[in-house]
Amino acid sequence: MTLPFVLRMAGREARAGFRRLALLAAGVTAGVAALVAINGFTENLRDSIAQQAQALLGADLSFESRSALPDRARAALDSIGGTQATVTTFSAMTYAGRSETARLTQMNAVTGGWPFYGRIETEPANAWPTLQGGRNVIVDPSLLSSLGIAIGDSIAVGDTHFQVIATIAAVPGDVGIRSAFGPRAFMNGAFLDSTGLLGFGARVEYAVFVKLPPGGNAQRIAEQWRPRLREARVRIHTVADDQARLDNALTRLANFLGLVALVALLLGGLGVASAVHVHIRGKLETVAMLRCVGATSRQMVGVYLVQAALLALVGSLAGALIGILVQQALPALLGDLIPVDVVFHPSWRAALVGTLMGLWVAVAFALLPLLEVRRVPPLAALRRDVSAERTGRDWWRIATFLALGLTVLLLSVWQSGHLMTGAIFAGSVVAVLALLWCAAALVMWLARRVSAGLPYAWRQGVLNLRRPSNQTTTVILAIGFGAFLLATVLLAQHTLLRTLDISSPSSANDNMVFFDIQPSQLAGVDSILHDGGIAASPPVAIVPMRVASVRGVAVTTLQADTARDGRWALRREYRSTWRDTLVSSEKLLAGQWWTGPRPDTARISVERDLSEELGISVGDVIVWNVQGTMIPTRVASIREVDWARFEPNFFVVFEPGVLEDAPHTWVTLARVPRPESRGLLARRIAAQYPNVTSLDLTFVQDAISRLLGKVTLAIRFMALFSLLTGMVVLVGAIATSRFQRVREGALLRTLGASRRQLIAVALAEYAALGLVAGLSALILGCAATWALARWVFQVPFMLPGGAATLLVACTALVTMLVGLWTALDVSRQTPLGVLRGVMEG
Amino acid sequence: MIRCEGLTRSYPSGGGTLTVLKNITLSVEPGGFLAIVGPSGSGKTTLLGLLAGLDHPSSGTVTLDGVRLDTLTEDGRARLRGERVGFVFQSFQLVPTLTALENVLVPLELLGRPDMARAHQLLADVGLAGREHHYPAQLSGGEQQRVALARAFVNTPRILFADEPTGNLDAATGATIIALMHQLNQANGTTLVLVTHDQLLADRARRTVRLADGEIVSDSAA
Repeated sequence: MTLPFVLRMAGREARAGFRRLALLAAGVTAGVAALVAINGFTENLRDSIAQQAQALLGADLSFESRSALPDRARAALDSIGGTQATVTTFSAMTYAGRSETARLTQMNAVTGGWPFYGRIETEPANAWPTLQGGRNVIVDPSLLSSLGIAIGDSIAVGDTHFQVIATIAAVPGDVGIRSAFGPRAFMNGAFLDSTGLLGFGARVEYAVFVKLPPGGNAQRIAEQWRPRLREARVRIHTVADDQARLDNALTRLANFLGLVALVALLLGGLGVASAVHVHIRGKLETVAMLRCVGATSRQMVGVYLVQAALLALVGSLAGALIGILVQQALPALLGDLIPVDVVFHPSWRAALVGTLMGLWVAVAFALLPLLEVRRVPPLAALRRDVSAERTGRDWWRIATFLALGLTVLLLSVWQSGHLMTGAIFAGSVVAVLALLWCAAALVMWLARRVSAGLPYAWRQGVLNLRRPSNQTTTVILAIGFGAFLLATVLLAQHTLLRTLDISSPSSANDNMVFFDIQPSQLAGVDSILHDGGIAASPPVAIVPMRVASVRGVAVTTLQADTARDGRWALRREYRSTWRDTLVSSEKLLAGQWWTGPRPDTARISVERDLSEELGISVGDVIVWNVQGTMIPTRVASIREVDWARFEPNFFVVFEPGVLEDAPHTWVTLARVPRPESRGLLARRIAAQYPNVTSLDLTFVQDAISRLLGKVTLAIRFMALFSLLTGMVVLVGAIATSRFQRVREGALLRTLGASRRQLIAVALAEYAALGLVAGLSALILGCAATWALARWVFQVPFMLPGGAATLLVACTALVTMLVGLWTALDVSRQTPLGVLRGVMEG
Repeated sequence: MIRCEGLTRSYPSGGGTLTVLKNITLSVEPGGFLAIVGPSGSGKTTLLGLLAGLDHPSSGTVTLDGVRLDTLTEDGRARLRGERVGFVFQSFQLVPTLTALENVLVPLELLGRPDMARAHQLLADVGLAGREHHYPAQLSGGEQQRVALARAFVNTPRILFADEPTGNLDAATGATIIALMHQLNQANGTTLVLVTHDQLLADRARRTVRLADGEIVSDSAA
């Protein structure tokens, strides 16, 4: 191949029609911008985690446990030395006497100099060191506002009063969305015992933080002690572990968003393929002539390939620049989900990789239409009626198809960082595109059949969808995919939130829960509820226990088998209950519910997933360690539990008459419709029974809804790039067929069509395109969300009629406006000018 | 210089076969000037396309400047054309995105030896000095065909094929083009094969082959 010729021709050919070709370049711009933004952000994120990791833990290492640290752990800590501090975390009702208000608060009792690294910022400043100077607390500002008090006031935590000396401005490692899950308070740990809240049934997390002496190796210490303390259920964290874990979790989130961004790039590839196809079609005579004067087919493919590559490079570079700008906006969008302050710096690596990906995708997608150039017979320069030759199996074409498939697969795997995820993603993308392609084919097939009875403008507009060289399929693929992503996010969010809906007046679900009620307090709590005229559900007993043996094998033996799945099921503490009936959130799958007299071995019902984790079925024996007492049980049934319901659900339910004498607490649920009544009830119970925790489930619902809102906002933002690409493809499709449209318009005007009629025809065409794209997207989005609801979230699928209609209408409207804006110049041309131009051309 | 034997070209047509060229045998000596004439649909352009290697015959062989075309690949034939053949088309076939000068340069660039001076010289020879940087759309039909002539001669072809070179031009402009083509042919000693309806042009050829229904009905020397 004569390279100088190919390069020169490519450059000269691109000179003319630059605006049209610029759209080819713009096809990949949005996709590259999205990828560069998210990948650059991920790099910033990793750097920031590395820089701030030590402050996240606030120490070199920590020992954490759900129960008071056993002697073995204490001995380990003594031998490690260094400087140590403790933080004991538990939930409690805080009660403000001045406003007579109570609020569930996450308490953190601190002793020693934690945090050793990083600073806890307070308002007023520098109050942290004085926390341990008396009965002091430093609280989230939201606690002050919800209790209606100010700095200087006191709050009761259990049996002790503390003075609020400051509010928290920033804690290293805090996630913005955290505040949605209830306020937090740091108290002087010296007065922890005096609160009287760490009694039976309390959920407490004990942590000891260690600052090692110079030269201490946290990782080595952790590795040394982990195996010895595992059995005692003590977890050891180091800065490096935390960093790796956080890095992993956040990279997964970023990779997922990156995949959404990749969709935009792949759609851009489709746009490039379509634009190249039309571009080539206009060049057939030139190609034939050049073949006549000696150009080889490889040279001709080379000319247009170089042209496409150069344009894609320009488009990708522009995308990379835009991506760096967008990257600066991402911390604001994702900041609330991330525990570090992400420091922005442009990532040249992400920009380079994004540009190369854009180039790669554009070239891969351009190749397929470019191969047609090889088939242009030189004879076409002499005779117009000569068509492309088609002989035998075209290995180049097959290879190009394979390369295209491989491109989608490799990019998906690379962007997801995981082979299987990438493969599933690539498969899904291809499947959705195939379905959209079917929708487009169906529409074009229907166009001729349904248009007959329509008014003129609609008939002409719908028929335009199948005009020669139409790009209906490409446009439906590109816009439809973007709308599909948005529809799926919207529907999934709606389905999840509707399942959790307890705040709407129509909901009959309980919205307040009181837990940690001691048996002696049950009657008292019940009478408070009764006095308030509140209908409470029957109280439910909670008995903490652990697995001692499964089918005769001790749990320690089972745990030693590291190859075994589901070791969490052996480790965890179970909170079980007893009942004589199934509840509405449960369904019996196997075995029988208990009837008749109690056999020698007590009967239990086990939740399905747990039975799979433990590898047990009906008839198997499990021995439970209930605070030191071994209780043998036999599995009588397996249940399915709808965990999404705000109800007390259990992995294990005992038959009555077994656990009644074991130490237990009670939980009561109630429906209290009015928010002020909920506040009053919480206050009354907190005043009388400080250890009883009242939880307003509407706060939880609100928190989940805010969290989902943050996550879906980020996904939607990325999905918007796909829709943007769809619009660029639409503009490109309209621009490439501009000549044809202008000629049609001139013809219609010559025949007497008014400008208004021409606009009506264009509107009808783009409305039809947008409607088909939007409807297909909605149907596919429903299918995807239904699958997610069924297999991932395990909740019933719900279709929000209003939002769905709005989505389809918006897609149609945006398509219509973009189409109209691009096509408007068609109606501005004078018929004579156009027809003369046609005659001359 | 050109020899074809038993040249036949058929196309599948509506379930049957349409034979547009039947068993043509002819040869053209070096430096010769052959005009192929005949009514529309007689197979003139098909014959020209086959002689130039732009199409494959259904049967028969073509030898161009000593090379059997059926022994070459498609790209091999393209290279042969690039080195030894020039073309003039009825519809000029200039690349609309290239200037006059760039259009003339194309064959030389394909050979990897662009020669700006020669392109300038040829444009001057066809009377377009000073119009080198004009695009085809900025030139009249006659001027466009002159650019095409300059392009056809730029690689000093041993054979020039012309398909109705005056077909899209008025009589006066057509005459100028014929004179130019003749002049360039004389100056370069090129073998000339042209398809034409134009009797004036055919009269200037040293030999005229007349086709009807795909067969040679007369072959006369001037």
